[in-house]
Amino acid sequence: MSQGSSISSLSPTAAKPDDADRHELAEIDRSTRLPVLVFFGSAIAWLLVGSLLALITAIQINFPSFLDCFGITNFGRLRPASVNAIVYGWASAAGIGVGIWLMARLCRVVLQYQTMLVVAALFWNLGNFIGLFSILGGYSTSIELLEYPSFASIFLFIAYAFIAIWGIVLFRFRKRGQVYVSQWYLVGAFLWFPWLYATANMLLVWHPIQGSAQGPVNFWYVQNLVGLWFVPLGLASIYYMIPKIIGHAIRSYQLSILAFWSLALLYNWSGMRYLIGGPIPAWMTSVSVVASILLFIPVILVGINHHGTMSGHYSALQWSPTLRFTVFGAAAFTLLGLQTGVMALPGFNQVIQFTDWNTGHFYLGIYAFFTMTIFGAMYYIIPRLTGWEWPCSSLIRWHFWLTAIGITMVVLCLSFGGLIQGFALGDDKVNFVTSIKLVSPFRLTAAFCGIFIVFAHLLFAANFVLMLLKLGTQRDETMAELPKGAIRL
Amino acid sequence: MNHLRLIFVGVFLTFASAWLGIVAYSYNNLGHYLPVVSEDTGDIAPPPMSGLAQQGQRVYAANGCVYCHSQQVRQVDVTTSDILRGWGKRPLVARDYMHESPAFLGIMRVGPDLANIGERQTNAQWYHRYLYEATTVTPNSIMPSYRYLYKLQEIQSNKPAEDALTLSGPHAPKAGWEVVPSADAKALVAYLMSLNHNYALPEAKEPKLE
Repeated sequence: MSQGSSISSLSPTAAKPDDADRHELAEIDRSTRLPVLVFFGSAIAWLLVGSLLALITAIQINFPSFLDCFGITNFGRLRPASVNAIVYGWASAAGIGVGIWLMARLCRVVLQYQTMLVVAALFWNLGNFIGLFSILGGYSTSIELLEYPSFASIFLFIAYAFIAIWGIVLFRFRKRGQVYVSQWYLVGAFLWFPWLYATANMLLVWHPIQGSAQGPVNFWYVQNLVGLWFVPLGLASIYYMIPKIIGHAIRSYQLSILAFWSLALLYNWSGMRYLIGGPIPAWMTSVSVVASILLFIPVILVGINHHGTMSGHYSALQWSPTLRFTVFGAAAFTLLGLQTGVMALPGFNQVIQFTDWNTGHFYLGIYAFFTMTIFGAMYYIIPRLTGWEWPCSSLIRWHFWLTAIGITMVVLCLSFGGLIQGFALGDDKVNFVTSIKLVSPFRLTAAFCGIFIVFAHLLFAANFVLMLLKLGTQRDETMAELPKGAIRL
Repeated sequence: MNHLRLIFVGVFLTFASAWLGIVAYSYNNLGHYLPVVSEDTGDIAPPPMSGLAQQGQRVYAANGCVYCHSQQVRQVDVTTSDILRGWGKRPLVARDYMHESPAFLGIMRVGPDLANIGERQTNAQWYHRYLYEATTVTPNSIMPSYRYLYKLQEIQSNKPAEDALTLSGPHAPKAGWEVVPSADAKALVAYLMSLNHNYALPEAKEPKLE
C-alpha cells in the first residue's frame, strides 16, 4: 500500500519526487501526528461504543423486553445515544482527523501549535461524553441529531471553532498555487459545519423558536449534516486517495468543479423532502423535491469521474486496503445520491416515509459511504503518522469483508423491510400490528448482520492498538517507491 | 480553479441561499403564530397546554418516544392513509404545533401516530397500563415496557391507592402489592391525553374522503 506514497504530485506526468520532496512530506505528516492520532484514537473508541449500542437497539426492536427494565438501557434512550456516538463521537471526529491531515499535506504546510488542536480534540470528546450521559440520564432534547442538551453541544461548538480556524489558517498559508478539488471540499466543510451547527442549536436547543417553525429547521439540519459535512469530507478523501494509490490524476478536472458547485447548492435546498405532506408550506417541499432530483446530476458526475479514474486500475484493489474501502465508499455515495432523488418523488415518498427505509438510508450515508471511506483513509494515514506498517494484514482483510457484507445486508434488509412496511401502512385495511409483523424478519436479519459489523470494529481497534504498540514492521520511507508493505489481501 | 475569492464567496452564497430561504423564512413566517379565538364560543385554538402536560412533554423527550411515534397527519393530496387509519380528522398545519417545544414530528412509525391519541383514548388507566406493559393492552405490541416510571409498593391498610394500576395476568403484582405511577408517569399521561387536534382552524379544512 505504500506504493502510492511515491507519487507526491497528483499529476501522473509529474517527475518522480526527489528526496527533499519526500522529506518535506514526512515532516508535514509528523507535524500532524499528535492531534490526528488523538482524533483517530478517540473516534475508534466511540465507534466501538456507538456500534455496540446500535446493536443493542437492533436486538431490542426484535425483542422489546431486552434490557427495558431501567431508563438508561431502554430503547428510547439507547437509540439516540448510539446515533450520536456514531455521528459526533466517531464519524465527525475521524473526519476532522482526515481533514486536518489532508489539508496540511495538500497545502504543503507544517502544522503549528498542535497542542491547540489536541485541546480541541479533548473538548470535542468531553462534549460527546457529557452529551451521551445526558441522553442516557434522561436529558435528551429528542430533536433528531441534536439530542445533546445545551451544556454538551456548546463544548462541541467551541472545539469545532478551533478546528475550523486551524483548517482555514492552513489553507491561507498554503505553499502551492494550484488548489486541488479535495481542498475546496475541505474549505466548504470547515466553513459550513459551524454555521450549520450553531444555527440549528441556537434555534432549536439554546433558545427554541416556536414549535411551528422547528420542523423545517430540524430537517434542514438533518439533511445538511450529511450533505454539507460528511459528503464534502468523504469526497475530499476519495478525490485524494484514488489518484494517490493508483498513480493517475482524476479523469476530469472540469467535471469535478461542476459537481462541487451543484452539490453545494442542491444539498442545501433538499432537506424539506423529509416533510412531504407535513405541516409546512407546499412550496418548501416542492423546492426540496426538485433539488433532490437535480442531485442526480452532481452525483452521476462524481460517479463518472471516480469510475473513469479507477477504470483500468481495478486490479490495485487486490493489494491496497485503502483503495478497497475508498472504492466501496465511492460506490455507496453514488447509491446514496440516487436514493435521495428517488426518495423525494412524492409518490414513492408517501410509501417509505416513517418506515425502516429511512434507517437504511441513514446507514447508507453515515456508514456505507462515509465510515468506509474514512476507514480507507485511516489505513493510508496512520502508518505515515506512526512510521510503522499495519501489523496484521489478515485483520484488515476480515475488517473489510465483515463490514462490507454486514452493511450491505443491513441496508438491503432495512430497505426491503421498509418498503413492505410502507405498503402495509399505506393500506388502511391492514392492521397496524400486521405491518410490524411483516417487517420483523427483515429487522431480525439486520440485527444479526450488525453482529458482523461490531466484530469487525473490534478487529480494527485491535489492529490499531497493535500498531501503537509498534508490533508491525517499521516503515522505510526511502524505499517507498517499491511495493514494500503492499498487502496481499 | 485558483480564484480563491470565488471559492469563499461561492461557499458562502450557496449556504446563505437556503439559510435565508428555509431557516430565516421558517423563523419569520412560521415562528410567530397566535392562537385563533372563536367569536361565538370564545374557544382558543389550539388550546394552551397545562403545566402538567408541559412537564409530560419533557418526559416524552427524555424517554425518546419520538423515535417510534410520529405526530403528523399528512396532507390528503400526498396520502389519505393517515386519516383513513383514524389518526386524525384533518391534516395538521404549522399552527397546530405552536405550543409544542420541541415539535415531535418524528421520522419513524414503529408504533402508531400519536398526533390525536388524546382524542382516541380518554381513560388515564389505559395509558398507564400501556406504558407499564404494552402487551396487556395490545397483545402483539413491540413497545418496550416503561415500568421504571412506576412504583411497586405494599398496599397500605387494605386500601389500594386511587391511582393504582388495574393489572391482571402475568404482569399483575403479587397479593398485597400494587403498582402506582410516579410523578413522571402522571405528567407523561397528561401530555399524551392533551394530544388532540380536534378543533377548527381557518387554514385547515376537514377533507371529505370516500
